[in-house]
Amino acid sequence: MPSNESPTTDQQPVIRCDSVFKIFGDKAKEMLAGVDGSNVDTKAFQEAGCIVGVNNASFDVARGEKLIIMGLSGSGKSTLLRCISRLTDATAGRIFIEGQDLLAMTNKQLIEIRREKMGMVFQSFALLPHKTVLENIAFPLQVKGVRTQESIKKAMDMVELVGLRGRENYFPRELSGGQQQRVGIARSLAVEPDIWFLDEPFSALDPLIRKEMQDEFLRLQSVLNKTILFVTHDFDEALRLADRIAIMKDGVIEQLDTPANIVLNPATEYVHRFTEDVPREKVLRIESVMDPVNSSEVLSNLKVSKDAIIETVAEAVLSEQNPVPVTDGEGEVIGVLHPSKVIHVLFGGRASYPKQ
Amino acid sequence: MQFGLLAIIFLFSYHLVPHSEASYFWRLPPLLKDIPVWINTLLDNLMFQWFAVDVWDPVWKEYEPKSVFRIITRAIGSAILFLIILIRELFLGGTQTIGALFSDAMLSTNKWLYWPALPWTAVVAGAAILGYQLQGIRLALLAGIGVGYLCVFGQWEPSLETLSFVLVCAPICFILGLGFGIWGYLNRTVEAALEPLLNCMQTLPHFSYLVPVMVLFGIGDHAGAVATIIFATPPMIRLTILGLRKISPDIVDSGLMSGCSKFQLLFRVLIPTARTDILIGVNQVIMQCLAMTTIAAFIGARGLGFNLKVALNSLEIGKASEIGLCVVLIAVILDKYSLAWANKQKDYFSDLNFFQRYRPYIGFILLTLLAILLAYIGALYFKDGINYLYYVPFDKGFTISPFIDAGIDWFWEAFFPYLNGFNVWLITSVLVPMRDAYLGMPVISTFILVMGAGYIVGGVRSAIVVGGLILFIALSEYWDRALITAYMATFAVLISAVLGLVVGSICAQNRFTSKTILSVCDFFQTFPSFIYLIPVILLFGITDTSVMIAAIVYAVIPATRYTVEGLNSVPISLHEAATMSGVSRLQRWTNIELPLALPHIMLGINQTVIFALFMVILGALIGTIDLGQIIMGALSKKGGAGIGLTLGIFVSFMCLAVDNLIQTWAKERKKLLGID
Repeated sequence: MPSNESPTTDQQPVIRCDSVFKIFGDKAKEMLAGVDGSNVDTKAFQEAGCIVGVNNASFDVARGEKLIIMGLSGSGKSTLLRCISRLTDATAGRIFIEGQDLLAMTNKQLIEIRREKMGMVFQSFALLPHKTVLENIAFPLQVKGVRTQESIKKAMDMVELVGLRGRENYFPRELSGGQQQRVGIARSLAVEPDIWFLDEPFSALDPLIRKEMQDEFLRLQSVLNKTILFVTHDFDEALRLADRIAIMKDGVIEQLDTPANIVLNPATEYVHRFTEDVPREKVLRIESVMDPVNSSEVLSNLKVSKDAIIETVAEAVLSEQNPVPVTDGEGEVIGVLHPSKVIHVLFGGRASYPKQ
Repeated sequence: MQFGLLAIIFLFSYHLVPHSEASYFWRLPPLLKDIPVWINTLLDNLMFQWFAVDVWDPVWKEYEPKSVFRIITRAIGSAILFLIILIRELFLGGTQTIGALFSDAMLSTNKWLYWPALPWTAVVAGAAILGYQLQGIRLALLAGIGVGYLCVFGQWEPSLETLSFVLVCAPICFILGLGFGIWGYLNRTVEAALEPLLNCMQTLPHFSYLVPVMVLFGIGDHAGAVATIIFATPPMIRLTILGLRKISPDIVDSGLMSGCSKFQLLFRVLIPTARTDILIGVNQVIMQCLAMTTIAAFIGARGLGFNLKVALNSLEIGKASEIGLCVVLIAVILDKYSLAWANKQKDYFSDLNFFQRYRPYIGFILLTLLAILLAYIGALYFKDGINYLYYVPFDKGFTISPFIDAGIDWFWEAFFPYLNGFNVWLITSVLVPMRDAYLGMPVISTFILVMGAGYIVGGVRSAIVVGGLILFIALSEYWDRALITAYMATFAVLISAVLGLVVGSICAQNRFTSKTILSVCDFFQTFPSFIYLIPVILLFGITDTSVMIAAIVYAVIPATRYTVEGLNSVPISLHEAATMSGVSRLQRWTNIELPLALPHIMLGINQTVIFALFMVILGALIGTIDLGQIIMGALSKKGGAGIGLTLGIFVSFMCLAVDNLIQTWAKERKKLLGID
């Protein structure tokens, strides 16, 4: 990544992490003093009584991007999110929010940026038990100093947006988990933030409700187009929702890439263990299995887009006798898809996936 | 097993040590007998020597040296007194406040400068409207009828005196408690420093505050208020810290991410989230304030408490019952008001016009006008005597005490042989032998028992803590008295614990009875402690039995409550697992429920011990010969402050020793069972 970008261009990442470390323990600072720019040795730190939460995390998140941080419990994913929202202070490294150095901010600036630019959803919902749905949603506006009438009106819009109309005067304890999380989502969006943090937002919900909330999340994002940092321990959820996924283990980001690339090219053994059982047709696009155009072949009349997910076109492609032409965004034919490749993706051995 | 060994060693030492005054195994020398003197000297210095400045005395027309400390305490005292009188005059009418705000001279020249008392009908209407506004028709009825009772029975004036007391003390306690609680929450060091102080303050008997407060603040309503504040603040502090600590870190984070400043986080997120515990604190504050009214009467606080004390002393049970009911009513109504106020919801959508918005105020003004009109009609009707439609003076109201007294007389005549027989039997064959056994215990045996138990429960650390606490008492000249207190408390605790365990276990068997018994416990806990003394004196007269029974009734509440809670917290899945293993109900109770619930039940027993000790000390009010009697006696003695405080600390140390043993045991046990 080029590091000398001027802070005003549109290309500037919304969130930038630069060698972020979070080490818990009294001697964290002095232990880190000896390390420079590389991952630290977790074992050595442990012997010194320190626990490594985040180990040298560097990445950018572009405007409107959904970056999902995936990892099992104890992998440091939530700690990383808390560093970026500065609920906890990173031990070392730099974090920029739209070019501003987050760690250098005064308390006042921090409150300001949270009031204007950040919204966060929590796993345990973290609604205020003494306030109604409406009051909970209006709360971030009210602490900002928005007049009661106005904040309530805005909150009512948010109630509408998350589909809780008719329940605005309920207390959180009177709602189901899914409904409570809708309130949490509405609250985090009330100030119209640019950056949306979600910390395992759907982990506490039943599978069916979780699916429903994931759809809701995609729907909201298609309308709102926020820059999103989403933490989850559920790999399927990550595949379903992400533009890019960062897989963490023991504080280290093992791989950061698009879902398809992670499934196709797991960078480490650890990542491979997640990807091996993933149904490829659900993540792979046609582009990754197509062959170059061979003029001697007879092509079928059906055409598929190179960006289509295999699962969505498999049935149609397999019903054709001949190979199917693949088109790009402009409708130009850029390759052909042999049904045998689709069959291989669908039924072939998991160990041998097509290499690009 | 270990406890059996301990018992054997204890019995050995009990019988082997000779009962001779010369032996240190029998009684330790009173090395610490000078503590009261030290305390007195300290207080004396504070009040008269420390930073003396010359102050102009307008009466003697000369400068007089006064301690700065004394000036400060007196200033606090007069500020509190001003507030109390302000509230009293607001309702009962008077001129003192106007005089203080302007000048007495103005009063004597302008006869119209007089704030009139509110007609009692208006007061009842006000209470009902407030109740309606806070919750609805039920609270309106309760408040209206309750206050109506106070007024009609001619207790309005002392009731308001008591109420003004609570209205001044409770907010001060609330602010102090919340302040210290927040400070303790934000700062671990402060919390660590508060902890032992609160422990000690909460276990000091009510009486022992009185003399030092009297020395520092003088005598009167304000002194009573100060004693009340000291007594009622600790639970508020404790519950504030507890409530704030219980908040999940996610709530704190969500507040921060909503963009709260520190101040907003504290007052708009943390405190409201902890409101359940803080409300229990407010509730406790109100209850403690009311519980102190009788005791504060000893240092000059007026009101129901004072009247109750007089009635109890002259054995006018009917009157005492009526006054007692007033205290209970005030307690219940304030309790409901505070709960309803805290749960009140705000309506953002209703578009109210002027009349709707101010309906309660308009209603109150209209009703007051109506009440004044009624009062004028009353003035025409009741020509010379008392205008009953305006104001029912103290003791001139409706009363049923003659009927109560007659009922009691009948009861006495009908049941005296039985009651007396029981009384005599209990005293001669149970209490006296038990007391002699306690008094015949060599000091070394006591230490073996207490420190042994400490060692078994919590190792050397516990043994040293408990031993140290007891040693402090043993080195004073009041060891024998302490033993008497201990014997009474032990007896009461044993009976209460058994009763509580049995009643609790039976009630915990199904959901309906559990709920019922818990609300019964809630209801009885709203009664200030001394209320329990009224019916027992009625039955058993002024004897140790009365005090015992009052202590048992009072102390059985926490035992029952914790038993029910403990048993109910045993997971259903365990019940089912047990049932599927084919246990009978009784087996399930003894093998599954009781062992799992025991740590929680023991915390209840801990409360029972403290409640019982408090009631035993309070028993001095009707005459017992333990520590309580000396503490009360200290009230009227010169230099009583030292003795009162020292003995109070002894009682506190007894509580703390038991507390330490039980808490340590429960904690270890819970860890072992893997509960929370």
